[in-house]
Amino acid sequence: MKRSFPLVFAFIVGFLVLLAEFIPHRPFSQLISTLENWFMIIAGFAILLGQISLIRVNSRIISNKEHDWQYHLAGMISFALMLIVGVLWGMREAPGILGKGEDIALWMGMKPFDYLFTYAYMPLSATVFSLLAFFIASAAYRAFIIRGFESNLLMITAVIVIIGRTSIGSMLTGWLPESWSFWHIPNLADFIMEYPNTAAQRAIMISAGLGIIGSSLRIILGIERSYLGGDK
Amino acid sequence: MTGFMNLLGIWLSALFTLSIFSFLYKDNPFYKFAEQVFVGLSAAYWLVNIIYSIMIPNLFSKLITDFSGNLILLIPAALGLMMLMRLHPATQWISRYPIAIMIGTTAGISMLRYMKSDILNQVTATMINPFAAETTGGVIGNLLLIIGTLCGVYFFYFSKKQEGIYAAPSKLGIWFLMISFGATFGYTVMARISLLIGRLEFLLGDWLHLI
Amino acid sequence: MKISAGLERRLIYSILFIAVALPLLIPIGWKTDISGYTQIAYDLVEHAPEGTIALISFDYDPSTMTEMQPMAEAQIEHAFKRNQRVIATALWPMGVQMAEEAFGKVLLDYPDKKYGVDYVNLGYKVGGMVTIQAMGRDLREVYPTDQGGTPYEDIPMLNEVRRLKDIGWISSLSSGTPGLKEWVMVARDAYGVPVTGGCTAISAPGFFPYVNEQRQLYGLLGGLKAASEYESLLGRIGSATTKMDAQSVAHMLILVFISIGNVKVYITRRRKAQ
Repeated sequence: MKRSFPLVFAFIVGFLVLLAEFIPHRPFSQLISTLENWFMIIAGFAILLGQISLIRVNSRIISNKEHDWQYHLAGMISFALMLIVGVLWGMREAPGILGKGEDIALWMGMKPFDYLFTYAYMPLSATVFSLLAFFIASAAYRAFIIRGFESNLLMITAVIVIIGRTSIGSMLTGWLPESWSFWHIPNLADFIMEYPNTAAQRAIMISAGLGIIGSSLRIILGIERSYLGGDK
Repeated sequence: MTGFMNLLGIWLSALFTLSIFSFLYKDNPFYKFAEQVFVGLSAAYWLVNIIYSIMIPNLFSKLITDFSGNLILLIPAALGLMMLMRLHPATQWISRYPIAIMIGTTAGISMLRYMKSDILNQVTATMINPFAAETTGGVIGNLLLIIGTLCGVYFFYFSKKQEGIYAAPSKLGIWFLMISFGATFGYTVMARISLLIGRLEFLLGDWLHLI
Repeated sequence: MKISAGLERRLIYSILFIAVALPLLIPIGWKTDISGYTQIAYDLVEHAPEGTIALISFDYDPSTMTEMQPMAEAQIEHAFKRNQRVIATALWPMGVQMAEEAFGKVLLDYPDKKYGVDYVNLGYKVGGMVTIQAMGRDLREVYPTDQGGTPYEDIPMLNEVRRLKDIGWISSLSSGTPGLKEWVMVARDAYGVPVTGGCTAISAPGFFPYVNEQRQLYGLLGGLKAASEYESLLGRIGSATTKMDAQSVAHMLILVFISIGNVKVYITRRRKAQ
């Protein structure tokens, strides 16, 4: 019962969605509309679940004083701070428990939640991902070695696209006459993206699409059950 | 006061930026601190947003303003609470019901949308008259498009071993895929460098006022 | 002189840092060509009639704002220039703030634009494809209020919009899932609304197949260069254009690193063979 009833629910819901696509009239259209709106609310609770889980994991690390527990404490403090200011004064135009926070926004320049977002979260988020630029430079030096015909093909294409998508590409072959415009590096890069790249990506898309249809059907028919978790 | 808070904010941003960059030298306490603060702020942002963007307008507000007219919303609310039962091992099985509903809905919609967008429309887009292009380059390109798509799809057919002459289209498909991966690598370089440029612009411009 | 791997790595990082910083400090002013994909995206907005209601979905977060924010600002400016009205939504939670920042910047040049009449920020909703499908049926059901809590019915420009089909064009600026792909699949292929968009350069090659005769996608802005091209089409030097010099120099440096790496491996192989 603990596993079979959820499978029945998945089947009913999945089948309804499929049916509503071909019979877009009442009651199916209304049923699907209701289901779609409920989906958002349930997904909201799912995110809430994730947050509670995060708090639990970090609390365990802090209380057991595991390795680097001090940093996890800093993380939890920043979580609590942002949550409290967000709930009390809201974010941007949305009011909080204590109202729209106009007074505090006057001396801070903006609401505390937005202040933390702009001056703490934004730079942290942007910088963490900008580290990848250094790693790709290091990888370009160590790992992108030409070994055979296929890696040659990959590298030549990469070089054309890398040069073609910059101003230097335009300058290098800008002197070519109109009849040779195909060999103008930016045009060559555009040709590669528009034709051979599109062909390969389309092949991947079609194949992946077939795979997704297969796995969706398996889920609806109850053959795929991994999303239910362990046997309990 | 606003001016001071703005200046403080910029210095705080610079401190966090340099803390993350310090990882390039080696792992250190500044980086670890900044990393955990990022995790904490990110989680809190999601939570506050969920409350103000979904819970209040789509659920609580409707129930408070017109409870009898929105009684049906108690069902998704109940399903949501069932989702939270996942936290305790003894009640974990209860969360399977809302998960099954979400997965079933997503599976149904995905099947339909991928069928139309990623299969039917893409196959239709490949069924072109290659000689209808205005230039020779266009004609060659269209032919490459058709051949490349067919050979690429052929490569992904793993149900039967491809040997001898049957392996030839597969080989061609791999070449097209290599060209695509090369193009993707080129674009990846562009993307990663862009992100670094953004941070340096902040450090040199907003913080140090050199640009 | 043998250099250790650690020192080599730090040398590479330092050279890259200098190569990117120098063109920002000393701008060169190189120009770039306009690609066909950017032109198609531009033409969609340019040829939409005045008064059209457009929807821009901010499906990205601050980690990719260097590439995406200039696109957002350029498209909002283009819409305002053409006297079109803009609805902002977000399928990523941080997209809400990104939208506010983008509008804040553009409104400095268009102070006469009024909230609720010329633009509105409806905020974030979770659910991806399912949510877009729900928007296709009834936008008010998905967004009972705007970002600030104002009821849907009290926002003047939304009186003409009940579902996605009432929208003239949609642009999804996305750096992952959910994002542009979901908008194409649902808004364009299911409801027939023209969709254009922008994405990070990494995702761009995967979206080009949608720019086809079926017009699943009306052009694509792929990365910082495309944002810079869009700014050129608008006739202004924006935040993307000023970064292109650094982008060009860094690209050349990456090619130099690849060349040096390959030469080094070749020499090592030859020494081993001998």
